[in-house]
Amino acid sequence: MAGTFGDPEIVEIQKDILIIGGGMAACGTALEAKRWASDDVSILLVDKAAMDRSGAVAMGLSAINTYLGDQTPEDYCRMVSADLMGITRDDLVYDVGRHVDDTVHLFEEWGLPIWKAKGSEGIALKDGAKPVRSGKWQIMINGESYKPIVAEAAKKALGIENIIERCFIVKMLLDKNEQNRVAGAVGFSVREHKLYVIRANAILLVAGGAVNIFRPRSLGEGMGRTWYPVWNAGSTYAMAAECGAELTMMENRFVPARFKDGYGPVGAWFLLFKSQALNGYGENYVIKNADMLKEFAPYDTAAVVPTCLRNHAMLKEMREGRGPIVMDTPAAMKKLSETMTPREIKHLEAEAWEDFLDMCIGQAGVWAGMNIRPEESASELMPTEPYLLGSHSGCCGIWVSGPADISPPEWQWGYNRMTTVKGLFTAGDGVGASGHKFSSGSHTEGRIAGKAMIQFVRDNKDFKPAFKKPIQEITEEIYKPVRNYIEYKDKTTSEDVNPYYISPKMFQMRLQKYMDEYVAGVSTYYTTNAKMLEIGLKHLQWLKEDSLKLKAKDLHELLRAWENYHRLRAAEAHLRHILFREETRYPGFFYRADFPKLDEANWKCFVNSRMDPETGEWVLKKVPHKDLVEKHYGGQKH
Amino acid sequence: MPTFVYADKCDGCKGGQVTACMYICPHDLMKLDTSRMKAFNQEPEQCWECQCCVKACPQQAIEVRAYQDVVPMGGACIPLRTDQSIMWTIKFRDSEVKRFKFPTRSTPVGSIDPYSNKPPAGDLDDQLLFTEAGKALSKI
Repeated sequence: MAGTFGDPEIVEIQKDILIIGGGMAACGTALEAKRWASDDVSILLVDKAAMDRSGAVAMGLSAINTYLGDQTPEDYCRMVSADLMGITRDDLVYDVGRHVDDTVHLFEEWGLPIWKAKGSEGIALKDGAKPVRSGKWQIMINGESYKPIVAEAAKKALGIENIIERCFIVKMLLDKNEQNRVAGAVGFSVREHKLYVIRANAILLVAGGAVNIFRPRSLGEGMGRTWYPVWNAGSTYAMAAECGAELTMMENRFVPARFKDGYGPVGAWFLLFKSQALNGYGENYVIKNADMLKEFAPYDTAAVVPTCLRNHAMLKEMREGRGPIVMDTPAAMKKLSETMTPREIKHLEAEAWEDFLDMCIGQAGVWAGMNIRPEESASELMPTEPYLLGSHSGCCGIWVSGPADISPPEWQWGYNRMTTVKGLFTAGDGVGASGHKFSSGSHTEGRIAGKAMIQFVRDNKDFKPAFKKPIQEITEEIYKPVRNYIEYKDKTTSEDVNPYYISPKMFQMRLQKYMDEYVAGVSTYYTTNAKMLEIGLKHLQWLKEDSLKLKAKDLHELLRAWENYHRLRAAEAHLRHILFREETRYPGFFYRADFPKLDEANWKCFVNSRMDPETGEWVLKKVPHKDLVEKHYGGQKH
Repeated sequence: MPTFVYADKCDGCKGGQVTACMYICPHDLMKLDTSRMKAFNQEPEQCWECQCCVKACPQQAIEVRAYQDVVPMGGACIPLRTDQSIMWTIKFRDSEVKRFKFPTRSTPVGSIDPYSNKPPAGDLDDQLLFTEAGKALSKI
């Protein structure tokens, strides 16, 4: 019987494996797990959107950023470590590196068009074709349909009857009988009046990174024009933290320097078109400020200057009034066209536009609206508001077990990509201390987790999930915003202004304001200190209290209420980690003004945290770092 | 940069099982007003301008207009997507029009058979993925 608003139907489901999310990692898990599963293993995938266009690749991509080709997983570990200032898990990165090309070969087999170098046209990558490389690790694609293609494979593998779309999972549930053991998850449909209570033996939590936890640069309609997908609400980190999973490197963030206002990609401009970024006076700010970057040795001498250090040099120019920062697209196109036929020049122009149209249409809209043609006018660059993620040039996330054949004993506990909560797995943006996976690496990591989950289910087949609280209590908790609305909406003459509840929108804006002002957002040029962080923490605690008064006038607003609650929890983890790490390891991403230097002696370590799910108390700790692959800086071993 | 729906073109996908834009929007923005049988963007300031709904609309009733708090008026990026390619029309504020066409897929939609011509899954307890059966996997 279908429920009504205010009286939803409660749907109880039991499965062996539950996949939460429908993006690249989730699709990888669906594909791999189903192949290894015997007929009696049940798998359910739950996506808050529609799989054909969900996750970070919904719009498409113009490149696959992780394809090793002739390079080794060791080289890949070196690149990832250097870009993330030395603190990454080589075991996890290596594991992605040794499997990722196989996944890219599947994408091509399924129908993803991959650009080929001259002489390799019509040949598949798996048969030795040379791709068009836009960088050492990146290959160019015609990627408008990247996600529908990957989703089709996952849906075919899993069977459409094992997928629920438009269902938003908001909480993990722990087992009543076994300590620190996940037993299920709870959520709701955003289309029908149904609350879902799902029992499972193993759960994969892959709901992306965190976007819009900081006040964005555009505050009107442009607020939706975030760099990472606006629907990534920090759900992965929030739900993992709330069930007691250990997080790692949550202080890390990503501040991409992108084309101003549209946040269009710059990678192809730098790497494929060989363009330069300059300050307002035509100076290359990375070369100009090379001496300043020496304070962050040895990372300043990495084969590629780390992303945060390039931002650091850019921000110096901006702070000191030597903006605007511009990408000199006319010079780059002129140089390239010198040796080209008119037909080739036309093709080059199309490639430049495709780079935006495949993955950031908004930037093409900015260019069209401002009459910008890259061969004629340079374009401004701007560092964005901060983002939390684990798959791009960032490494915050969950602390997971590594592969048994590589990881040292302290980094493995039985099942690859299982978190510190038994039965709870993650991948993609969820796995911390191992960035630069991107789309292909996230799908690969999903596959790795998928196989491990089948092992887990085989080894734990007698598990009988049982919840700590009665179902009615669990579902009432997630339905509270609707109850608040129904109870109080008629107390005032306008639903929008009411002292008894807070709208998800105002809740989000309050979070963004205080994160921006106290936790190193754009308004302080990404700068904070312990005193400011303490004030920020107090505001987040007040927000936490007020979260009980969130209101939802319909299912859409219930979705927003819970997304913004997840944003709050992810933001809190970020703040606490920044407060704990007393150094400035990622200048250009954020500055601890009270500890402005890199401190290798004391802080070349992971920072891990755990929130006690019973008491809500957080404990943060240093965890020793070690390199499994030897690193090189400035030609020297390190 | 929110989506908008031309009232004279939208028919609410009547006759179809789902409203295409509402089905596909990754952020739950497109909504069917059942009294008018027309779709609309219920939260324009949350639109990522991914154009997933625009591409999916069978009536070509949806477009994106640039966010007015940022971009001067008059430009537009309009896609026309088929199963194998996409054609973009870029209209500049100064009224120049450019068109670009890109391939999107090299196989027919619906043709993927993920487990055909693949080796049987190997040993569940080793590190190899199902497509890597028999391969020697590198270690650090």
